[in-house]
Amino acid sequence: MGRDEETKAWEGTPNATAEDGKEQEPVIEMRDIVKRFGDFVANDHVQLKLHKGEVLAILGENGAGKSTLMNILYGMLRPSSGEILVRGQKVEMDSPEKAISLGIGMVHQHFMLIPPFTVAENIILGAEPMQGLTVDLNGAKKRIRELSEQYHLMVDVDAKVEDISVGMQQRVEILKVLYRGADILILDEPTASLTPQEIDELMEIISHLTKAGKSILIITHKLKEIKCIAHKCMIIRQGKYIDTVDVCSCSEDDLAAMMVGRKVNRVVEKKAQEPGEVVLSVKNLHAKDYRGVEILKGLNLEVRAGEILGLAGIDGNGQSELVEILTGLAHATEGEIQLLGKDISCKSPREIFDAGLSSIPEDRQKHGLVLDFSVAENLILQNYGEAPYSKGGILQKKAIEEHASRMIEKFDIRPKGCESRAAGQLSGGNQQKVIIAREVENDKSLLIAFNPTRGLDVGAIEFVHKYLVEQRNKGRGILLISFELEEVMGLSDRIGVIFSGNIQKSFAGNEADEYTLGLYMAGGKE
Amino acid sequence: MKEKILKSSLLYTLLSIAIGFLVGAVLLQAIGVSPVKAYGKLYQGVFGKPKFMFYSIIYGAPLIFTGLSVAFSFRTGIFNIGAEGQFVMGSLAAVVVGILFPLPAPLHVLLCLVVAALAGAFWGFLVGLLKVKKGINEVLSYIMFNWIAFYFSNYVVNLKTIHTDQGAEASKNILATASMKIPQALIPFAGGAELHAGVPLALLFAFLIWFILSKTTFGYQLRAVGYSRSAAEYGGINSKRVFLLSMSLSGVLAGLGGAVQILGMSERVSMFAAQEGYGFQGITVALIGGTHPLGCIFSGLFYGAMKYGGNKLTTVDVPAEVVSIIMGTIIIFIAITPVIKNLVQRGFQKKGESHAE
Repeated sequence: MGRDEETKAWEGTPNATAEDGKEQEPVIEMRDIVKRFGDFVANDHVQLKLHKGEVLAILGENGAGKSTLMNILYGMLRPSSGEILVRGQKVEMDSPEKAISLGIGMVHQHFMLIPPFTVAENIILGAEPMQGLTVDLNGAKKRIRELSEQYHLMVDVDAKVEDISVGMQQRVEILKVLYRGADILILDEPTASLTPQEIDELMEIISHLTKAGKSILIITHKLKEIKCIAHKCMIIRQGKYIDTVDVCSCSEDDLAAMMVGRKVNRVVEKKAQEPGEVVLSVKNLHAKDYRGVEILKGLNLEVRAGEILGLAGIDGNGQSELVEILTGLAHATEGEIQLLGKDISCKSPREIFDAGLSSIPEDRQKHGLVLDFSVAENLILQNYGEAPYSKGGILQKKAIEEHASRMIEKFDIRPKGCESRAAGQLSGGNQQKVIIAREVENDKSLLIAFNPTRGLDVGAIEFVHKYLVEQRNKGRGILLISFELEEVMGLSDRIGVIFSGNIQKSFAGNEADEYTLGLYMAGGKE
Repeated sequence: MKEKILKSSLLYTLLSIAIGFLVGAVLLQAIGVSPVKAYGKLYQGVFGKPKFMFYSIIYGAPLIFTGLSVAFSFRTGIFNIGAEGQFVMGSLAAVVVGILFPLPAPLHVLLCLVVAALAGAFWGFLVGLLKVKKGINEVLSYIMFNWIAFYFSNYVVNLKTIHTDQGAEASKNILATASMKIPQALIPFAGGAELHAGVPLALLFAFLIWFILSKTTFGYQLRAVGYSRSAAEYGGINSKRVFLLSMSLSGVLAGLGGAVQILGMSERVSMFAAQEGYGFQGITVALIGGTHPLGCIFSGLFYGAMKYGGNKLTTVDVPAEVVSIIMGTIIIFIAITPVIKNLVQRGFQKKGESHAE
């Protein structure tokens, strides 16, 4: 079937809905897919059916085999057994080119765009329309504008990708696959790097796409989004196919339980506790960002022992700069920072660490871990120079490995026995566990947790939250900075809303509701 | 087991070497020379007599040093393309001290080595300083420092106190007390080759560097910064200090390579018409050695043997440049190892699947 014919086919029925789709044969069917890597079974008889105009969510924990399954569908991996049917026809999916020719397009979690190229140049890359010997850029732009209007994907075709927002970059990625004539879209964790507003926009785009007859596979572990956008949800756990359910008939808790295989406590239990002395005090903090624009404007805050101070706010209001200054990676232009009564402004990361601050960084792959180091080596990132891990400048391999084994056991870091494995080979959730193990064991009076659960599945989130509360109960001060409002509300004893480089408003943990917080996060006032 | 072999980088290094020789053979054939004859001569030139084998090892000694220098810097995230200049500074320092500061024999050698190491360190340190203080890309400054060293060396060799009065365009010879060569009486035991103490010194340093990198806290810092500067800084490691130290140490290694070549082999520095290339060859040695200090021993000896054996190709009317072509091809294939790895593993995978069916 030619691509043009297909294009016409869906244009003819732009209002196909999921209900219509049920009577038709599925556009994609994967039967009994098994994929083995050596002894490891990544996909164990997985079944998948996607109908025209439908959004099917694929839900599973980190490392459950979702990406493997999608890579098989996209022709990047070949299944050990099982078959794939596209529009009822059995196909050998042996390359991404084949998948594209069958109208399947994939939007990867990490965008594959060339920053100095314009939006239009990126979209046509690899499928450039030619006019004689030159690229017909104007024709391409016209076609992109048409697509962009048709699906409500607003982009500026002449802007350079490096200048546009993450949300728009994602729209470019979606346009890229639409431009190639895809009518089946695979979206791999599309909301992982988006702000709440951008997520709303994406949800709208998805509903426009399905109304136009496109079918969508979405990989995610955010239950809320599944409830919001998906018609059906397919669940896999440790490679095994669990079930495909109608989303309307399931609660978020049901979905979470199916994914993890047990009931998940999404609400953290926390006893009331009288906070102790002030651990961290920040007064009148001013700082500039890398462009020299003032980003912190006289920020004040205080964290006491045995309490969690949560900072709610939208990305870009000074959170990153605040954490960089507190941890010593950057310096403030003005202001006072005291940790346990000692001045720590303008100190090095080492000195601040020694003074009693440890932190779970925002970007675990950039700051939290040396990905090429083994898990054992990563677990001593601050303590490598101290006994028992080193004596007289010589590393003590045995002590380091024993420490790693203890941490792996205590924090349930998987796979078991990963002491000498490179940290980069672990799944995101387990990487985070390595960092948490290290920072919690450091036993410092103040712990900063910056988006500690970003990209983690519900099981791992539960784990992280449990540990944060445990640390608080032990009498540590915790500064939690998160873009997930739910997380801030669920964990904090006190909540501050950070907006435009300042704490806009403070609340007791139990007196704030989502609506009020949202209002202050957007800069509103009473 | 099979999987382990397919993943080991040693396999792909050996494969690259084989392809290098294959490409060399094709080119030889193309210019009308029998590859069998040429490679036969190469083999003879290296393994034909014990003397040849000893000389191959002697040729390898400075290359092990420059290879170590590059490999060490790689491990800390720096590409020391300036080993060439550090090598020149090391050899110049060794020759000046060797000529002008007479001392009893072992002390004189030691002083030459120490000053050469310091000269190399200084040359690397300056580039490091420009990098951490001013943010200047080290690759650019390394290349410029190579040329500064080159002309500085020619200038010093031309000074009256250094220049030879024997009519050559070179320095005087170093004093006998500064020589690292084995005593005349021992030469017959080395098959007639003038073996020198630089060879065991190179081995010693390879082990030393391996030990520092993998067993010490200093090595931990170096590797942490090399793999991820941001995570290392987050962990409290002062990356600027680490860069300065590692770039200086890398210079020490290249500088010692230069000293060893003077004190053990040439005994003087000639006027350069072009860069000699020991530092650049160190890049090749480091890459073939998998940027592992102990790997550099073998790749250094391999390159040394190729250089020594290659010199003799002209006697059978084969251009010695064939050796450079072979080495270049090997590097290309080592550089694209990921691609080859993928192809080989895919090939095996497909084969495995068809067996299963």
